[in-house]
Amino acid sequence: MTAAVSWSTAHAGPVPLQDAIDGLASASDDTITESVTKLGALDDPRAIPALDALMDDRLRLGADSHAYIWDSKTHDARDALTGQVVNAPRPLKEVEVSNEIRRAADPVLAQLHLGSPDAEVRLAAAKALSTAGSDQAAALLHRALARERDPKVHEALALAIARVDLASPDPNARLAALDIIARSANDDFLSTLQQMLAPGDNGAPREPDGRVRAAAAHARDAIVSHQHLVGFVGELLHGLSLASVLLFAALGLAVTFGLLGVINMAHGEMLMLGAYATYTVQTATHGSRFYLLAAIPVAFLATASVGVLLERTVIRHLYKRPLETLLATWGISLGLIQTIRLIFGAQNVSVANPDWLAGGVEITHGLVLPWARVGVVGFVVVVSAAVWFILQRTRFGLQVRAVTQNRAMAACLGIPTKRVDALVFGLGCGIAGLGGVALSQLGNVGPELGQSYIIDSFMVVVLGGVGRLAGAVAAALGLGVINKLLEPLSGAVLGKILVLVFIILFIQRRPQGLFALKGRLET
Amino acid sequence: MDRLRQMHSTRAWSLLAAAALLIAVVVPLVAPDYLVPLLGKFLCFGIAALAMDLVWGYAGILSLGHALFFALGGYGMGMYLMRSIAGEGVYRSELPDFMVFLDWHRLPWYWHGFQSFPFAAVMSLAAPGLLALVFGWFMFRSRIRGVYLSIVTQALTYAATLLFFQNATGFGGNNGLTDFKRILGAPLREPGTRRALYAASAIALVGAYLLCRFIVTSRFGRVVRAVRDAELKSRFCGYDSTHYKLFVWTLSAVLCALAGALYVPQVGIINPSEMQPSNSIEMAIWVAVGGRGTLLGAVLGAWIVNGGKSWLTAAIPAAWLYALGALFVAVTLFLPEGLVGLGARLKSKLIARRAGQVPVAPPSVDPPASAP
Repeated sequence: MTAAVSWSTAHAGPVPLQDAIDGLASASDDTITESVTKLGALDDPRAIPALDALMDDRLRLGADSHAYIWDSKTHDARDALTGQVVNAPRPLKEVEVSNEIRRAADPVLAQLHLGSPDAEVRLAAAKALSTAGSDQAAALLHRALARERDPKVHEALALAIARVDLASPDPNARLAALDIIARSANDDFLSTLQQMLAPGDNGAPREPDGRVRAAAAHARDAIVSHQHLVGFVGELLHGLSLASVLLFAALGLAVTFGLLGVINMAHGEMLMLGAYATYTVQTATHGSRFYLLAAIPVAFLATASVGVLLERTVIRHLYKRPLETLLATWGISLGLIQTIRLIFGAQNVSVANPDWLAGGVEITHGLVLPWARVGVVGFVVVVSAAVWFILQRTRFGLQVRAVTQNRAMAACLGIPTKRVDALVFGLGCGIAGLGGVALSQLGNVGPELGQSYIIDSFMVVVLGGVGRLAGAVAAALGLGVINKLLEPLSGAVLGKILVLVFIILFIQRRPQGLFALKGRLET
Repeated sequence: MDRLRQMHSTRAWSLLAAAALLIAVVVPLVAPDYLVPLLGKFLCFGIAALAMDLVWGYAGILSLGHALFFALGGYGMGMYLMRSIAGEGVYRSELPDFMVFLDWHRLPWYWHGFQSFPFAAVMSLAAPGLLALVFGWFMFRSRIRGVYLSIVTQALTYAATLLFFQNATGFGGNNGLTDFKRILGAPLREPGTRRALYAASAIALVGAYLLCRFIVTSRFGRVVRAVRDAELKSRFCGYDSTHYKLFVWTLSAVLCALAGALYVPQVGIINPSEMQPSNSIEMAIWVAVGGRGTLLGAVLGAWIVNGGKSWLTAAIPAAWLYALGALFVAVTLFLPEGLVGLGARLKSKLIARRAGQVPVAPPSVDPPASAP
C-alpha cells in the first residue's frame, strides 16, 4: 500500500495535480476533458474525490478559479485535493457535465481506483475497466497487475486483461486470454465465447483463427462443466441440510421406536413445536442477535416436557398395543396443531436468520454456501454426537440400552424401566424440538410444518433399522441427498415416488433395515 | 341353509332384514330431498368402514392407505362422469374442461374407454384392486407387519396424493374432477337420481356386509384370525399366511373402491384431498369407535363419527379437530373394544349381576404386539 502511494507521489508533484483538478471545474467542455486526460496521465489516487464529485455534480468553481467539492448536507465547501473544509470565495459556480465528459472520466476513475490502497476498490475498478473498453485499458491493467499483491485482485486483473485481449487483433493475445479464461472458468465470459463461436452475418465464424476457435470452445466447455459442478455441489448442500432435518426427526424416532416399540405420529409436531419455540424466543427477545442460542435450550426443554407428559398420560397405557398408539398419537398431533393454530394463527410466522447466520461464504466463483445451511449441518453433527455420547457413554444410556435389549431382565436388575421410558420419550421429542430450531432457519414456520416431515422421517427409520443411530444417520443422509439430486432430473414428486419404490424394494431384501441388530436380540 | 345359520342366528337374520329394509327402502321414500345425498355419503363411509374392519379387525393389518383405494374408485367413476358429457363442458370440447384449460389436445391413453359405464365401473374396482394386490404382495411376502406396514401404507398414500395433486398426472390436479351432469343419462341434480344412488349405496352396503360376514364366519375367516393372533404358529400349521392376508387385503381395497365409486356421484366432486393420509387414519377411528372385528360396529362407528363431524364442523368449527383428537385418544385408552365391546361388557355385567356371579371379561381382539 505504501509502495503504491510513494510510487504515485514520486511521479507527480502537487502542482500539476492541483492544476488538473482545478481544470475539472472549468466552464469549457474541452478544458474539462483535457484535465481528465491529464489526471489519467498523472495517475494519482488523490484525484479520485474530485473526479467523483465531478460525476455526481458536486464540483463547484470558486471565484478564485479553484475547484471545490460542495457538501450539500453541511453546506460546506471542501478543498478538492485535501478534502478540508475551507472558506471558499463565493460565488460557487456549478460545473456542467456532458455525457462525453462522463465517458472520458469513467476509465480514468477506474484507472485511479486501480491504485487505491483498498483491495475492494481495486477489485471493482478492474471489473469496470475491462468492460469500459478504453484504448489504454490493457496497458493500465498490465501495470496494475505487475504491482498487485492481493491474490483475489490479481485474478480479477488477469481476467480483466483477458477480456480486453479477447478483442485484440493479435491471435496470440486472444489465445493467451482464452487460456486464462479456461483456467478461471468464470461464467461471465460464457456469452462472449458463445458469440465468438457463433457464425457471423456472412455465415463464416466470427472468430477467423481456427486455433483460437478451438481454444474458445475449450474455454466454453470448461465454464459449462464448472457451472454443472457448482450446481451439483449446491444441490448436494441443499440435500445435506434436508437430510439434517430428517435426521433430527429420525434420531428421536429411532430411539423411542427402538426402546418402546411404539410409533409416535405426533413426532412431526415436536419439530413444529420446536420451531414455534424459536419464534417465541425471537419475539420475546425482540430479535436479539443471539436469540437463536437461547432458543436451543428453550425448544429442547419445551418439547421434551411435552414428550414426558405424553408418555406419562397416554402412551404408557398403550405399550402392549402398538397399532393403537399410532392412532392415539395421531389424535394428539391433531390437538397440538389446532392449539398452535389458535395461539399463533393459521398463517406462517417468520423466523429471521440472525445476522451471523445470514449470507454465506463464497467457495469458488458462483458457489455460495449459505451460513444457515452450513450451520444446520454442523448443528446436527453436534447433536448426533451428543446423542451417541448419552447412549454409549453415560449411566443413563447404559440403562436405556439394557431396557431396549431385555426389559424384564433390566427391571430385575433394579433399573427403573418406567422412568427410563419417560425420559427416553422426552429425549426423543427434545431432539425433534432441536430439529424445529434448525428448520426455522431454513424456511417458513406454520402449524402443519411437522406433517410434511413425518412420513419422510418414518421412511428413514424403516430404511435405517429400528433403534440404530448409525442406521438413522446413513438413511437420513441417503434419503435427503437422493431426494434433492433426483429433483432436477425427475421433479420433486416423481423423486419422492421413486424413493418410496426404492424403499419398498429395499425392505424386500433387508426387512430389518440397513443396520439390523445381529443375533437373538430382535425376537 | 346351515351356512346361513352359521353367519347369523335366525333372530339376527330377521333384525338384519328389517334394518336393511329400513335403510334401503323406507329411508329413500320418506327422507327429505336435502338429506338424501348426506345419508348416501354415510352409507359409502359405512362400506369403507366394513373394508377397514375386515383388514384391521380380522387380519390385524392397520392400513393407512385405504383412503387411497377409496379415492381411486372415486376417480374411476369421476372419469366416466367427465367423459359421458364430452362436448357439453364450458369449452364445448370433446376433452374434459381441465384438459382444455391445460392446453392438451389429445386424451391421455388411460382415459380411453371411460365413456362406457361398464368399463368405468370395472376399472374403478380393478385398478385399486390391482394396486393393492401388487403392493400387498411385496409387503406380505417380506413379512412386513405391524406398525411397519402401517407407515409404509401411509407413505404409499402420501406419494399418491402428491402425484394426483400434479396437473401433469392428468386427473385435474388439485381441483380434481367435478362439474358432473349425468349418470347413465339421468341428471345428477334430479331428486329421483339421488334417491336411486342412495338406494344403490344401501344395497351395496348390505351386500358388502353379507360378503364380509360370509368370509369371517367361514373356515377361511378362522385362518385369517389365526394369522392375526399368531402368524408364526399358523405358518407352522401349514397355512401360508401371505396368501390369506393378500386376499383379505385386496378384497378390502376393492370394497373401499366400491364405496368411493358410489360416493363421487353423490357429492359431485373428487380431488386428491380425499386420499390424504389423514383420511385413512380417520377411517381407522370409525372402526375403533364402533369396535374392531365386529363389522356392524364398524358401520355404526362410521355413522357416529361422521354424524358428529357434520354437526360439529357446522356448530363449532374450531372444536372439530380437538374433538377428533380427543376421540382418538379416548377410544384407544378407554374403549379398546369400541361401542360394541362396551355394549357386550355391560350386557355380561348385567347377566352376571342377575346370576350373582363375577363378570367374565370378553376376550380381547388385540393383535399381539408384533416385534419389528
